[in-house]
Amino acid sequence: MTDASELYQSLILDHNRAPRNFRAMEQPDRSAEGYNPLCGDQLKVWLKLDGDRIADVSFQGSGCAISKASASLMTTAVKGKTLAEAGKMFDSFHRMVTGAGGPADDLPSKLAVFAGVREFPARVKCASLAWHALSTAMQTPATAPPGATGS
Amino acid sequence: MTATHPGTVAASGLDVARLRHEFPVLRAVINGRPLAYLDNGATSQKPRAVVEAESDFALLENANVHRGVHTLSQRATARYDAVREQVRRFLNAATADEIVFTSGTTAAINLVAQSYGRAVLRPGDEILLSEMEHHSNIVPWQLVAEAVGARIRAIPVTADGELDLAAVPGLLTDRTRIVAITHVSNVLGTVNPVRQIADLAHAAGAVVLVDGAQGVPHLRVDVRALGADFYVASAHKMYGPTGVGFLYGRLALLEAMPPWQGGGGMIQTVSFEGTTYAPVPARFEAGTPPVCQVVGLGAALEYLGQLDWAAVEHHEADLLRYAVERVGTVPGVRFIGTARERVGVLSFVLEGIHPHDVGTVLDLHGVAVRASHHCAQPLMRRFGVSGTVRASFALYNTRAEVDQLVGGLLEARKVFGA
Repeated sequence: MTDASELYQSLILDHNRAPRNFRAMEQPDRSAEGYNPLCGDQLKVWLKLDGDRIADVSFQGSGCAISKASASLMTTAVKGKTLAEAGKMFDSFHRMVTGAGGPADDLPSKLAVFAGVREFPARVKCASLAWHALSTAMQTPATAPPGATGS
Repeated sequence: MTATHPGTVAASGLDVARLRHEFPVLRAVINGRPLAYLDNGATSQKPRAVVEAESDFALLENANVHRGVHTLSQRATARYDAVREQVRRFLNAATADEIVFTSGTTAAINLVAQSYGRAVLRPGDEILLSEMEHHSNIVPWQLVAEAVGARIRAIPVTADGELDLAAVPGLLTDRTRIVAITHVSNVLGTVNPVRQIADLAHAAGAVVLVDGAQGVPHLRVDVRALGADFYVASAHKMYGPTGVGFLYGRLALLEAMPPWQGGGGMIQTVSFEGTTYAPVPARFEAGTPPVCQVVGLGAALEYLGQLDWAAVEHHEADLLRYAVERVGTVPGVRFIGTARERVGVLSFVLEGIHPHDVGTVLDLHGVAVRASHHCAQPLMRRFGVSGTVRASFALYNTRAEVDQLVGGLLEARKVFGA
């Protein structure tokens, strides 16, 4: 790939400009931070659960277009899914951006816009930062007291 | 595939086309475009002479140093020591015993922190750094400060990206033992007034370490004129190999310093009752040194020595001026660092586009830059940015490459609809 617009597809640019679910969450059930020491990008992911289903998910942070759009699209993809389904989605997404497998059929089609990332090894971490934070959050109960997570 | 850049005759009269010929990688094609290598602050390219010196040594003359009575070992030792003398001349040190080979700038700073720092620092003592330091001139001091209970202070940076000299006298106290500052900022390109700060530091009774990693590729360095007690640098940013660098230390200081790492080559006698150490500089060179890389460093110094430095400086200054002017025409560009005295580096952000994304678009345009926090997070915080795009220049860069950079920036704006 030598054309920037193949990587930066309009869906990515749209979610970079206007990220969805870009807000802190009051009284989350789970949360986790993702940090890329290579570039300094950081974000935080919050989850509200209904049983083992993701009732609400949000994120905040600073990062490049790839990491921000990936976080935004991730929130729209996992909302309403069970923790197990979201975990499987993460695995498929990870395989797709690292080139470990073909386009994953079990992924929502809009996440396929990140397939091009596999040709940019330096950017794989950007695309997967939010997913790693989500994965951590799903495994870690939130410890912060209510109202203290909005910073 | 290869390609050449037009317009390689510099205004300075430096024959850049001929210089570029010595660096084959500069003819590479990246993503369908001729490579514009503007990441010299990370590592410079190496001329044929350096690579061939290393290759010849490894293939035809390889032996360890200071060990064997055999002829090859003696030759290797002679080469190794001859490079030490070359570095002495390069820095205008008083004697070659003041030059210690290390694996690079980082190792040299850690050596001074762990040896000199641990020996002199007492609880409550202070180490004065600056806000524009690379992490490698911060973290080694934090490690020793934590261990001995010393305190780190930092000279602030002005909005232009200069050290705030007015703040220095207030930051130097009777507890300041060490002042460690960079010669040239790896992010801003600022050339710091080292002599002025060294005079203030010395008057306060502190010693001065100068991080020369970004200085040696661009400036003619005289450690005695600078007033540096320690001066450290890496070979790979000055057209030499990776894995080798050097520490200059004033002889009286080095001689009073305890060893840092123990091993072969740094002892006089060893017994289980006790060990006596070799004189400097061997005391600080435990283990087999990077002999082959030191030979390469020697070739790099020879390469630099045969250049017309007035022309090189003129060419590099012209390039930076041209880059400031041309990049400044791109809408949305904000320069980070506009110091009066600068060399080699241009940092900026492009409004609304993350530096990483700019870096990727530039890469697709054949332009190699660094886009990150540049291992200088305190400085990023000072300027309120998460990172910058940094174009850093070497003597072989051209105005055509600056134009290619500008083309890539306009492309980034187009892609992002800015």
